[in-house]
Amino acid sequence: MLVEIRNLRIQFPTATGLSDAVRNVSLTLGQEKLGIVGESGSGKSLTARSILRLLPSNAVVTAEKLTFDNIDVLRADETALRRIRGARAGLILQDPKFSLNPVMTAGAQIAEAWRVHRGGGRRLAGQAAIDLLAQVQIRDPERVAGAYPHELSGGMGQRVMIAMMLAPDPELLIADEPTSALDASVQAEILRLIEDLVSRRGMGLILISHDLPLVSHFCDRVAVMYAGRVVEELAASDLTRARHPYTRGLLECLPTLSHRQKRLAVMQRDPSWLET
Amino acid sequence: MSGVLSREWLLSETPASRAHAAWVRRYRGWLQFRANGLAMVGLVTVAIMIVASLAAPLLAWQNPSAQDLAGRLAPPSFAHWLGTDELGRDIYARILYGGRVTLGMVVAVVLLVAPIGLAVGSVAGYLGGLADRVLMRVTDVFLAFPRLVLALAFVAALKPGITSAIIAIALTAWPPYARLARADTLTVRGTDFIAAVRLTGATSGRIILRHIMPLCMSSVIVRMTLDMSGIILTAAALGFLGMGAQPPMPEWGTMIASSRAFILDQWWVPTIPGIAIFVASLAFNLLGDGMRDVLDPRQR
Amino acid sequence: MLASSFASVPLTLFGLTLVTFLIGRVMPIDPIIAIAGDHAPPDVIAAVREQLGLDKPLLVQFWIYLVNLAHGDLGRSVMTSHPVTEDIAQYFPATLELATTAITIAIIIGIPLGVIAAARQGSRFDHAVRVVSLAGQSVPVFVLALLCLLVFYVKLGIAPGTGQLDVAYEGLVPRVTGMLVIDSVIAGDWDSFWDALAHLAQPALVLAYFSMAYITRMTRAFMIEALSGEYIITARAKGLSATRILWRHAFGNIAVRLVTVLALAYAGLLEGAVITETVFSWPGLGLYLTVSLLNADMNAVLGATLVVGLVYLVLNLLADLLYRLLDPRVA
Repeated sequence: MLVEIRNLRIQFPTATGLSDAVRNVSLTLGQEKLGIVGESGSGKSLTARSILRLLPSNAVVTAEKLTFDNIDVLRADETALRRIRGARAGLILQDPKFSLNPVMTAGAQIAEAWRVHRGGGRRLAGQAAIDLLAQVQIRDPERVAGAYPHELSGGMGQRVMIAMMLAPDPELLIADEPTSALDASVQAEILRLIEDLVSRRGMGLILISHDLPLVSHFCDRVAVMYAGRVVEELAASDLTRARHPYTRGLLECLPTLSHRQKRLAVMQRDPSWLET
Repeated sequence: MSGVLSREWLLSETPASRAHAAWVRRYRGWLQFRANGLAMVGLVTVAIMIVASLAAPLLAWQNPSAQDLAGRLAPPSFAHWLGTDELGRDIYARILYGGRVTLGMVVAVVLLVAPIGLAVGSVAGYLGGLADRVLMRVTDVFLAFPRLVLALAFVAALKPGITSAIIAIALTAWPPYARLARADTLTVRGTDFIAAVRLTGATSGRIILRHIMPLCMSSVIVRMTLDMSGIILTAAALGFLGMGAQPPMPEWGTMIASSRAFILDQWWVPTIPGIAIFVASLAFNLLGDGMRDVLDPRQR
Repeated sequence: MLASSFASVPLTLFGLTLVTFLIGRVMPIDPIIAIAGDHAPPDVIAAVREQLGLDKPLLVQFWIYLVNLAHGDLGRSVMTSHPVTEDIAQYFPATLELATTAITIAIIIGIPLGVIAAARQGSRFDHAVRVVSLAGQSVPVFVLALLCLLVFYVKLGIAPGTGQLDVAYEGLVPRVTGMLVIDSVIAGDWDSFWDALAHLAQPALVLAYFSMAYITRMTRAFMIEALSGEYIITARAKGLSATRILWRHAFGNIAVRLVTVLALAYAGLLEGAVITETVFSWPGLGLYLTVSLLNADMNAVLGATLVVGLVYLVLNLLADLLYRLLDPRVA
């Protein structure tokens, strides 16, 4: 079992006391692909980032269990966490415009990830970076290695991110909305790339998205989150048989060309979903 | 619905009207400001300074100009709480009246400078083109001098004195406001609501005055407060160099200049006005920092 | 665009000269009387007026002023009887020495303080740094300078008094650059060197404190902003050490903007130098300026103001240039 989360609670201080951003979340992940779906503010990013303890400093995190490969992440110190981050688990963020360091070349950033965890000289790391760029299907890896993030398109930037996170050869990849900032045509390519690399390396994947059909296509299991809670968890293939009204609502809201719809469905939110 | 201006009403997450939303925002800003301990210290100190200056005749029970050559350079005593200076005048009274001079100068400068800077900046930003380039060129020229040096040159040309000092400082203090206002205007200029106002047939003047300038206000206010500490220091520096308020006026910088020679044995005579300048400047800095954190965090 | 930055220089320069010229012509003290004396007969006054060119229309006077400027002629100082340009060449190096020493100290201490304070935002260290920084912005330079003299020179006796050198060493070191610390090394005169250094210490440290306050504040502000960037989360996710993230990633991002700040800080030192030199009797441009002011020597005042303005302008331009050159995003 790679990741075990039981009863995770993440709170933030506000003017009127502590407010729950994530409540009662329990998930497990093996060597499989888990998708976490939800709208903005549902707490999906927070949940995933808590595995690596990459939350803002004012977040209050409590859980019955929060482990990565049986290492207690909640009580681990910075040194232990740094041994997990990068080396054993990677994180891909949404927009490479912001998530890549603007004043370092792509190659330098990838090489850095390589060297910190695998050691080796600068030249070796630089060559490894170019190899990795080729692995993420960049056609001109030498040029891209010497380019700065603002000179790269969104799709290329995400490939650089992926290369960077895969450099230390981790066991788990967390992809936080990896395609949300990309053009529709590039989205599928990037996801296929992620899926391919993850399968080949035998890694676990947590894919976070607001796009239900996308997630169901690429993942084995799907967890649906709403207002900081997991409202439903099911196999991707069982999605059409979802039972929770929120999931059903999401499915029904999807516009489709296969049968006539006079009006697009609108989600009816039931306040009872906020209580569990 | 809870009572108007009650704490609940002010913390409401769902304001009922635009005015309500404005009040919620103000209260939230106030809470944020209040949580900042240093900013509160600044606010209280500034308030005390203003009150003390205004009430100087009541609080200073000695005459600040009354000389007593026999009792000069006396250490603090019951009769003279902060001692006497080189001409036997009560330092405590002079500090209080000096506060009037200093604060008066600062207010005068700011009242001159902020409207002019705001006007120049928003006009330049809104009209663009030639007007913008010309106005910014003028701004750049004044920004090209270090403030004190230009103020000194101006004061030298006019007669050294408090009016010249105010004008000189004002002439060097306005450019940053123009820059700020221009930056804010450029941000707002392309928005839809300005376009909408233009469509209703409003003249440029009206648009600038009634719509654009109010939006520049918060950064200008923050800048004003932060600037005040710098103005206090510049005014004191001018006084120290003999170019600002002239003796016998009890300006803090001037007081230090005239008693400088006595720093060895009667150290309190030049040091106390120095502390006063420091406290005043510090208070405005703290206040300005606090206000900036609430109103305009992007500014530095 | 680099081109527009350069293009604006002549215009700003023109504005500078215009302003100084106008200041000079708004004089309360009749320069004629300053030269001819209070009780000179009218024909002498007329002769002097003609000699100074003050009988010509203002526009012509300005043209003459510009022409003179182009030839490097800033007029003659009433006080020293030397050409102002000569005076400035004499006194400027001392200010340069003072300012450069001050900013070096300020950078070495100020930047690390700002970086670490930002890394430990909200901690006691951070608060201490902020207080020290804030105090530096609020203390009047002359008060601090006077207090330093009082405490270190008078009371404790560990620092020498005012001036650049002890009277005993005066005139011993031949002038090469005008900066005594360097000149004494060139001359191999180690006694003079230590004395010059000792005299340099106090004014430089006072100035350094003010610069440091500004530099630390800006570094801290920039770092706090940089540390909130998404790429910092990426760096943490990569498992990098905190030191590496702080310096290589966050600081690396602000380094370019910091260069601009440093150039501005150096320019700001020119202001601080005016007062510091006055208190410490340091024979630099600032002292020259204030003494000329007290003597109503308008040529000297305006010449010095113009030169200071010019240096300020050059520094600002340099800051702008460096920013454009170093930031890969503005290539």
